Amino acid sequence: MVLEIKNVSKEFGSFTAVNSLSFVIPENEMFGFLGGNGAGKTTTFRMILGLLEPTRGEIHWNGEKIDYSKSSKIGYLPEERGLYPKLKVKDQIVYLARLRGMDKAAALRELEYWLDRFKVPEYLNKKVEELSKGNQQKIQVIAAIIHKPELLILDEPFSGLDPVNVELLKDAVMELKAKGTTIVFSSHRMEHVEELCENLCIMHKGSPVVHGALKEIKRSFGKKNLSIHADFDLSFLKDFPGVVKAKPVTEGVILQITGEEAAEGILKDIVKKGFIRKFEIEEPSLNDIFIEKVGAAYE
Amino acid sequence: MIYLLKKWVLHMNKFWIIFWHTYLTKVKSKSFIISTLIMLLFALGATNITKIINLFEGDDSKDQVAAVTADPEQYPLLQQQLNILKPDFTLIKAESEEAAKKLEQKGKIEGYLLVESDAEGLPKGTYKSETISDTSISSQLQSALQQSKSVLITKKLNLQQEQAAALYKPVDFHVVPLKKDAKTEEELNQARGFVYIILFVIYISVLMYGNMIAMEVAQEKTSRVMEILVSSVSPVQQMFAKILGISLLSITQLALFFLVGYASFKKNLESIRETGIPFFNFDQLPVATIFYGILFAILGYFLYATLAAFLGSLVSRVEDLQQTIGPMTWLVVIGFMLAMFGLGKPDLSFITIMSFIPFFSPLLMFLRVGMLDVPLWEIILSIVLLLASIGALAVFGAKVYKGGVLLYSKSSSFKDIKKALSQK
Repeated sequence: MVLEIKNVSKEFGSFTAVNSLSFVIPENEMFGFLGGNGAGKTTTFRMILGLLEPTRGEIHWNGEKIDYSKSSKIGYLPEERGLYPKLKVKDQIVYLARLRGMDKAAALRELEYWLDRFKVPEYLNKKVEELSKGNQQKIQVIAAIIHKPELLILDEPFSGLDPVNVELLKDAVMELKAKGTTIVFSSHRMEHVEELCENLCIMHKGSPVVHGALKEIKRSFGKKNLSIHADFDLSFLKDFPGVVKAKPVTEGVILQITGEEAAEGILKDIVKKGFIRKFEIEEPSLNDIFIEKVGAAYE
Repeated sequence: MIYLLKKWVLHMNKFWIIFWHTYLTKVKSKSFIISTLIMLLFALGATNITKIINLFEGDDSKDQVAAVTADPEQYPLLQQQLNILKPDFTLIKAESEEAAKKLEQKGKIEGYLLVESDAEGLPKGTYKSETISDTSISSQLQSALQQSKSVLITKKLNLQQEQAAALYKPVDFHVVPLKKDAKTEEELNQARGFVYIILFVIYISVLMYGNMIAMEVAQEKTSRVMEILVSSVSPVQQMFAKILGISLLSITQLALFFLVGYASFKKNLESIRETGIPFFNFDQLPVATIFYGILFAILGYFLYATLAAFLGSLVSRVEDLQQTIGPMTWLVVIGFMLAMFGLGKPDLSFITIMSFIPFFSPLLMFLRVGMLDVPLWEIILSIVLLLASIGALAVFGAKVYKGGVLLYSKSSSFKDIKKALSQK
């Protein structure tokens, strides 16, 4: 099942929420869809789900438009969390699952499985308002995946969860992906995206600013990070040729440099000054790329 | 073909899931159970009102009133007349105004009556009491004194018993409509009671269930469940499933209310009749009035329910709900006020004109149908107008709803309708 977004734009009056966006997500893949606040992510998700009609362009899933007849194959975890506060977890999830085309018994069986897996089987008969925020989130994730969707949209699935629960959820998501679900994944936590996605797109104010395979993006970014730990003062390095940015840390400094050649010059210079505990060239993190691309667009 | 059929079945399936979910969660909710119990208590209370009043006003605690008569002969006369009237107090004799005053101060009596004789020897009375808010005692005393006076005069004139009786017999007077099938006076009085009750039921249920629908939509929206719902079921389907779910709820509640009320009414028929409170006999009501009552109640419900659902979809915070549905509430209240006014003068041309305006016609056209002889074409016209506006409101409302449920804005104004419509 391939999700194809072709040159899609969405305008609300004179405001352009999404501007000529295109990408293709093949089956079995988790696609990272990133962007700052107000970048047009939610609007894009709503267009994929068929809730909003694109002003221009087309969205196809497996060659067809998505409408309500396909809702049993689609899962959606909206960024704004919400469940019926007064309803029991059981009633709530069974209701939502039935609306996704499951029957009652199957929904209950799956719910019990997932509650066990998320280590909260005791919540079956609790009202949602009695649960903590993080646990409500687990319930909502279950609502999004209980019917084994073929296309799953996860908007910030890990926000508000502790590291243990993040791992639990990640495992569940990876398993769905392995079983063939196409996943669109949005997060502000770049390390999650780096870990889970091969391809991604960074949006800014409705336009895609970075798009492609993660490795390619990193390579073409050019700049590298250089981490140095030493006993002497390294602050003079910020004016060194080839250094773009310098960020002091407790044990030394992290430099952003234009390339490996710059690192060579730095190394030759500082070995004369004293003992160096660490000298390492690192690939730029997605965080750096995001800040640079989106930050630059802000300026 | 089979594909389309399958799609349709799937579609309807979801509709019923929402319909039953809305109904069942509401029926099981505490607020529904409590409000139903209150309604049932009210129905039982209203139909047992005579028993309840008797319970509090036991015979042994009858009030006492003293009488001071200047002419000693007048006391037995007054006593005699009061015996005929069977008043809800006992009369005792006091020798002087001072004695009566003392009794009053001690709290032994409610008040006292001073009877003097005028130049012709006829009685004139003054009733003195702590407060004069309770007029039942003074009016009974007045009629007793009036009777005593009449007796004295007939005696003076030497009138025969029959002559006196003929004099006091009320004149025969009837109101007969000339138009062939206009309602008779008796029918009209009966109809008025029934129309009054149905008008009240329409008014209360439109307000109550309209509010419930708007609240339901607003809560789903503000709790953001809507985001998930809207991705699995179309908003239009959700809206109508909800309206129908709540309508089944209202039918459940009202049916309980009427069944309990009617059964209890039947049981207490005799004691209600005794009180002389004007009442109506359900058995003698024309079937057409009952039919139109139900029809207009249903149409009115759907008109306002559709309005309530789409207004509810515009709200971003539950706190703003009352403000947003304010105009709807006012329409219902104005319609009810007009109907109450029209109950006395249903044939005013103002009421006639208003009865064709869809937002008022469930109340006003029903009022006219119940009280007057409205030509069939007028009824049909108002029903057609009502159906057309329900249809128009449903189409428009569904569009607003579709955009509104995805729209979150801080302000809550009717500009949001325009915004919601542009969300496509």
